[in-house]
Amino acid sequence: MRRMLAIATKEFYHIIRDVRSLALAVAMPLMMVFLYGYALDMEMKNLPVGVLDDDHSPASRDLVRRMTAGHFIVDAGRLESRAEVDRGFRRDKFRAVLVIPQGYQRALSSNDLAFVQILVDGADGTTAAAVNNYLNAVIAMMNRDLVRASGGRMTPPLELRARTWYNPELASAHFIVPGLAAVILIMICVLLTSIAITREKETGTMEQMLTTPVHAWEVIIGKVVPYMGVGALDAALVLLAGRVVFGVPMAGSWWVLAAYSLLYVAIALALGLLISAVTRTQRTAMTAALMGTVMPTIMLSGFIFPISSMPWPLQALSHLIPARYYIEILRGIMLRGELWFPKQLAIMCVMAFGLLTLAVRRFQSRLDLL
Amino acid sequence: MNYASPSVRLAHLHKAYGKTVAVEELSLEILPGEIFGLIGPDGAGKTTVMRIVAALTLPDGGQAEVMGHDVATHPMRVKEHIGYMPQRFSLYPDLTVAENLRFFADLYKVPTAERIVREQRLMQFSRLGPFRKRRAAQLSGGMKQKLALACTLMHTPEVLILDEPTTGVDPLSRQEFWAILRELAASGQALLVSTPYMDEALLCHRVALMHNGRVLTAGQPHDIPAHFKHRLLEIVAGDVPRARKRLLTCGPAGIQVSRFGDRLHVVYGTADQERQIRSCLAEESAEIFTVPPSIEDTFVTLMHEGSSR
Repeated sequence: MRRMLAIATKEFYHIIRDVRSLALAVAMPLMMVFLYGYALDMEMKNLPVGVLDDDHSPASRDLVRRMTAGHFIVDAGRLESRAEVDRGFRRDKFRAVLVIPQGYQRALSSNDLAFVQILVDGADGTTAAAVNNYLNAVIAMMNRDLVRASGGRMTPPLELRARTWYNPELASAHFIVPGLAAVILIMICVLLTSIAITREKETGTMEQMLTTPVHAWEVIIGKVVPYMGVGALDAALVLLAGRVVFGVPMAGSWWVLAAYSLLYVAIALALGLLISAVTRTQRTAMTAALMGTVMPTIMLSGFIFPISSMPWPLQALSHLIPARYYIEILRGIMLRGELWFPKQLAIMCVMAFGLLTLAVRRFQSRLDLL
Repeated sequence: MNYASPSVRLAHLHKAYGKTVAVEELSLEILPGEIFGLIGPDGAGKTTVMRIVAALTLPDGGQAEVMGHDVATHPMRVKEHIGYMPQRFSLYPDLTVAENLRFFADLYKVPTAERIVREQRLMQFSRLGPFRKRRAAQLSGGMKQKLALACTLMHTPEVLILDEPTTGVDPLSRQEFWAILRELAASGQALLVSTPYMDEALLCHRVALMHNGRVLTAGQPHDIPAHFKHRLLEIVAGDVPRARKRLLTCGPAGIQVSRFGDRLHVVYGTADQERQIRSCLAEESAEIFTVPPSIEDTFVTLMHEGSSR
């Protein structure tokens, strides 16, 4: 116990005296939240749509106003002729063009069928589909309003309303931030400890430490404890940034979230120490830390790709990814306000304990295998 | 403590790294109160021997015991009795002098009251007192070595293992350091010290000359030259390299010429060879003396014979 505390204290001094590394350990996760948070934001906003208005009537102007009322679409300007459509698409001036033909107002007022046309740039399929859906919805809404305004003699048309739970706006940040937090935390925490032992092997201090009657578990636990503080700080920063900057709701308790997050951080730190115990140089350790965390976590945690639609070997593999359970817990707490996750808790405890045990067993107290 | 029982006992040690033999058939004993020096060039196997004694490396064959504990079967017991100072400075540069000492005191579980007393004594003894709060990185080479020594002495080990402790240390600090080592030995500790410096060999109670993993000869440093079975001439010349080149061309076959700073040592066997050497150097402005062999002469000659065997 005393030896473990001595190592923890010493490790604590290393952390607080290496200001540059500490700043990096704090700044890097924050930077990543912003970078990936914005880049992965799949919500579409401010799509430029051009307008080719051949009718020049109050009715056509009303249609354009309704289209651009939300922040989904911005008015990218007026076109004078069809010839400008192709040019505009090629120059990325707009993603779609709303064409209002001559006689639009007349057709509306005389209860005739009025036509409008939407030209969509199909090069970006996702955007095209989204613009198409949105403009269709606007047209449908206008139709309904017009029917009502024109006397209401017609029965209201049947309406199918799809509602999405938990994420009514289908805001992708709500889904992305928990996954992002899981990826960033495991990467940073594994990196933190992956060099904790290899650095001492390289500088020779490990040789000196090994001549004392210190046990492997004292070294491993002594190194985990102070880094828990850094990991907890990172977790708090990443989750708070998600809440404050990306507006992820917090339906549950911060304390519950903190407890599960600490467990997750412990798993990551233990994994880092295992890497550190079996590698010789800091460079190898850091490479292993990055390869072993970032890709598997992004691919197999359910962060981006739903686990249920993976082929079975990958589904099986995803059970080994700690982030899988942490993301389930985060989404459960933040979006649904749950607090008790017995299955995930049990699995994560086994992972933390197993990785620590493995790190202790693989730690060499002789130089031969170092 | 029974003076008949050695603190360190190595018997028929053997260690190889892959195909490279690091230590071969090495046997030696170190008594309490004795400074035992391992002398030899880099790669002679000194560090490997020390690491085996410190239970950091397992020998492939033979036996190593420290205070009666076998390094292979009871490494933790061994570690409680030893203090080991690696060749490279191996303390934490970002910790202060006091923090480094405290860390090792804790690792050895030195009781607090005792720790405070010992820390004071070690500070006095190493004259590091005024630098307690200074980070190890900012110490001079000599002070670093004294701090490292102090850290290994925190738990008053019976056996001290020092791997080239004075390499890269200024001459004055070296002297001071050796004075400390003599004091430790006088208090009954057994010391295993390696050094590439021949003058330090004379400060040991006993030395072993190592080369290619083998002990060439061992004994009290003043007895070592008795193993020198040849004759020796010392040549002081204005231009040492030229004198050397000349000797190698016109000197007799079978002699051995080594440079010792500003002079040459020539090892030869017969009076006939001596005459040839003298006539060969007749044109050089060189003074030629007959000198008794030093420990270094012995070592160089033994090494030569060892590798040509």
